[in-house]
Amino acid sequence: MASTVFRSFQIHPFLLHTRTVLGLRNGVMYSSMKSAQSQTATKEKKQPQLRPSNQSKKLENISNDYEAIIGIETHVQLASQTKAFCSCPYHYGSLPNTSICPICMGLPGALPALNSKVIEFAVKVGLALNCKLSMNSKFDRKQYFYPDLPKGYQISQFDVPIATGGYVDVDIPVEFGGGHRRFGITRVHMEEDAGKLLHAEDGSHSQVDLNRAGVPLLEIVSEPDMRSGIEAAEYAVELQRLVRYLGVSNGNMQEGSLRCDVNVSVRPIGQSQLGTKVEIKNLNSFSSVSRAIDFEISRQVLLHSQGQENQIVQETRLWNEGSQKTVTMRKKEGLSDYRYFPEPDLPAVILSKEYVDDIRNSLPELPEMNRRRYEKMGLSMQDVLFLANDNNIAEFFDATLAKGADTKLAANWIMGDIAAFMKNEQLTINEIKLTPEELSELIASIKSGIISGKIGKQILFELLAKGGTVKGVIEEKDLVQITDTVEIEKMVDQVIVENPKQLEQYRGGKTKLQGFFAGQVMKLSKGKANPELLNKILLEKLNSER
Amino acid sequence: MLSTVQTPRSLSRFPFYIPSKPFLFHTTTSRFSSEPIAYSSLTEQSNSTTTTTTSPAPQQSQILTIRQSLLSRKITATELAESYLTRLRLTEPHLNSFLHISDTVLREAQELDQKIKGNEEIGPLAGVLVGVKDNICTKDMPSTGGSRILESYRPPFDATAVKRVKQLGGIVVGKTNLDEFGMGSTTEGSAFKVTANPWDISRVPGGSSGGSAAAVSARQCVVSLGSDTGGSVRQPASFCGVVGLKPTYGRVSRYGLMAYASSLDVIGCFGSTVADTGILLHAIAGHDRFDATTSKQDVPNYLSHFVPASSLETKPLKGLRIGLIRETLDEGVDPGVISAIRAAASHFEELGCSVNEVSLPSFSFGLPAYYILASSESSSNLSRYDGVRYGNQASTDRLNYLYGDSRAKGFGSEVKMRILMGTYALSAGYYDAYYKRAQQVRTIIRNSFKEALNENDILISPAAPSPAYKIGEKKHDPLAMYAGDIMTVNVNLAGLPALVLPCGFVEGGPAGLPVGLQMIGAAFGEGELLRVGHIFEQTLENTKFVPPICDS
Ligand SMILES: [Zn+2]
Repeated sequence: MASTVFRSFQIHPFLLHTRTVLGLRNGVMYSSMKSAQSQTATKEKKQPQLRPSNQSKKLENISNDYEAIIGIETHVQLASQTKAFCSCPYHYGSLPNTSICPICMGLPGALPALNSKVIEFAVKVGLALNCKLSMNSKFDRKQYFYPDLPKGYQISQFDVPIATGGYVDVDIPVEFGGGHRRFGITRVHMEEDAGKLLHAEDGSHSQVDLNRAGVPLLEIVSEPDMRSGIEAAEYAVELQRLVRYLGVSNGNMQEGSLRCDVNVSVRPIGQSQLGTKVEIKNLNSFSSVSRAIDFEISRQVLLHSQGQENQIVQETRLWNEGSQKTVTMRKKEGLSDYRYFPEPDLPAVILSKEYVDDIRNSLPELPEMNRRRYEKMGLSMQDVLFLANDNNIAEFFDATLAKGADTKLAANWIMGDIAAFMKNEQLTINEIKLTPEELSELIASIKSGIISGKIGKQILFELLAKGGTVKGVIEEKDLVQITDTVEIEKMVDQVIVENPKQLEQYRGGKTKLQGFFAGQVMKLSKGKANPELLNKILLEKLNSER
Repeated sequence: MLSTVQTPRSLSRFPFYIPSKPFLFHTTTSRFSSEPIAYSSLTEQSNSTTTTTTSPAPQQSQILTIRQSLLSRKITATELAESYLTRLRLTEPHLNSFLHISDTVLREAQELDQKIKGNEEIGPLAGVLVGVKDNICTKDMPSTGGSRILESYRPPFDATAVKRVKQLGGIVVGKTNLDEFGMGSTTEGSAFKVTANPWDISRVPGGSSGGSAAAVSARQCVVSLGSDTGGSVRQPASFCGVVGLKPTYGRVSRYGLMAYASSLDVIGCFGSTVADTGILLHAIAGHDRFDATTSKQDVPNYLSHFVPASSLETKPLKGLRIGLIRETLDEGVDPGVISAIRAAASHFEELGCSVNEVSLPSFSFGLPAYYILASSESSSNLSRYDGVRYGNQASTDRLNYLYGDSRAKGFGSEVKMRILMGTYALSAGYYDAYYKRAQQVRTIIRNSFKEALNENDILISPAAPSPAYKIGEKKHDPLAMYAGDIMTVNVNLAGLPALVLPCGFVEGGPAGLPVGLQMIGAAFGEGELLRVGHIFEQTLENTKFVPPICDS
């Protein structure tokens, strides 16, 4: 167990903020906001509008008179091998205080030494977000006292962030009205994470786990460009995609690798002055981002419409997943003074043009470019959004196409049976045993008539679960399609002979029974008969002999 | 001179010194294994062993004397250690230089003797007893920083400087007293004891590295490590009549030094001779991947810069340009100090130097700028002492009281005052007027030094405006104490190296009080300072800076 110095104390109740993992699972296949559909009401608007979820129709009408302004601060935990300023690794879920050292514990005399990966990742993200990079930035100390902050200050960036003034392009899913949006990025800066407090169940004391202390983060601050919960959530999903494509973070919301705090204000349409800004925390999934914002908009609109907008105060509210409401966490009394000053223990961060160019040239294809490429291939927007949602799936898809597979067929297989299999088995596309080569082979085998589509499905599940090759499975299970007309004729004859009654009925006009005969023949062939040949021969035989 | 390695005659009559107030050595601290570091300087270091043959005469360096005595089997490391420990026990009740004395010194000396017996290679600091200021972390000893808040704290790692000293064979004799976290100029700011000046035990040894200076002065150890944020090595060196070196910022790793003001702090060296100070600097200097502010510049072999007195020419410093900083001899400076410095300037002229007065008009701005910057950084650096993970923790069930009480009880008044000043200076609305402006002053000072050092090779000044004053004299007058730092703080603001060596006496105490000369060089110019300082030291006639306490 923890080799530490692990002390307990009681904590002032209002400071208690749990970061427990609530909310929905966003599994692999969860293309952006799918699960939110059921919760959030529906349908298109080119004009951003409010869609209150569980509030009255009347409010919905009122809400047309107001406009919500939403900005998001996102913290992305960087997937570097070691922490930002020491050589401790970080693994989510490790036993408390097992990944700590004098530096990340803030022992007397310990000093930070910057992990250069942090800079590299920050530059990658800055470039991917179309930002202007600060070639000469620095670290600053942000000072406050909290037990999860070992040094009494957080090493962060204050007035000169590493990247500023960018944007990100987002495709809104068809079910939410579709369309393309561009959201501004105010700044991206580097900082270190704090530890975690573990609160005793009876509330008698809290303990400090410093495993996470010193883990590198990027804080990405958006412009207040979002107008609805869906837009905000889609923005967050796009950031998740982006950091995963770049390989700088696992972007996992449940593990806290991607954390969103949103700012919401509401004003009457036409008013230029902004309304009072409310911050919402404890958003553990994209759907909670969307629902919390929509709830908050409704709450503020209602207050506005009742002439009680002075009841909207600058505060931090927590999203409560159980009650689906935001509740006051703490009111802001003036601005907190963090007494920032330049971190004297770390030299300035100076980027050379070469360094930046090298990173720029090594950037992978980004989600937006990926989507545009798929779009040009003729895929529907729905297909595009699904396939480009996960860079691993996109890579699998691209590899399948590279082996010569038909675009639409490959997309259908991946989005259909393969996706369903992964969802059921809770596997990622990198964990299934099917390779892009074999998927391509499978598609080709069906197309060339070696196997039927039905057999193809059977083979697919075999490959998904056990691996192997299409050829191997066909051989092993003797699954080659029967295309020999003589053989099929033989089976048709046998079925007709064995079912005289049905034959009589058929010839008596009950032609629907063709399906019955086809089924029997298929059964006899163990599903291997070529269906077109089978039907052709069957029809001939049924209709000919009078 | 060799008397320091001889056993004093009367020693057996004295009982072993047992500290009257033992420190609490908790073993509660975490068990870390600090990572091994490969020091390239280790191989470099072995060069200094080979240079021994061509190096200065033994009496110029206790470290070299010890080495020769050990290698020639004239004395064993154990005998040597015993002689120092004996003197330490004799003098310590009067001086209180140490907060902790190691109980493994003899064992380490015995291990060294075994090595020598077996003709094994021994490090350049083998058998050298080193005192370490208590704000520098040591693995097997308490490290309190002179503060109540760290009363029972034992670090799980050695500071890089300590690690290097140990790797080269040095034996850490103990942890020396200091003003709490280095904040003070008298060592009266220690939470535990007041150290006395070996030249007159009614006087302060200076500070904040007063314990390290007094220990070397009284020959309780051979050399010692201190830290210098605004003069904390140089001023006590001056008060105690020893050599003190403040290296260039970035020359020595700060890893393991409890931070006071990170942009000013530097670990420095004390020795009774210039050569010893240089040898110790060579041991600890160099890049450290654990301190991002250390320089990658090579560490020269300072020993090769020393010319033996016997081979000195008549004008050994011919052509050297010395600049005497005019502003440091203004009113407010003790007349005895001024005349000692003027005498030193004449001595430089005799050695062939050209001495000119130079003006640094920004000199007087240094003090306020220093106190703003140092306080600001300290208010941040001391935030980690919150009672949550280590150190003294107030017993309370409320978080705010945990912070408040632990810090209220743990910190002394000087530390609290600086935290408050620094917090104020960094507060929204005041930042520009204080911190930012102080940074601008810092740039001006840095530039004015640069200019002065373009026209002069070395700048000289007193190390302190007065000799050692009485214990208690300035305790309740912080401004008077701060004013005493006028000679030294500018050098920290500029990040330059400076060497202080005793150059004369003023009246006071039973045997006079030493006066220190400060020599300021260009960045990373320690080698030149040591070379010049060594010649100055070797040619200074009829002066022996051994305090009366050593004669008893
Ligand atoms: Zn660590």
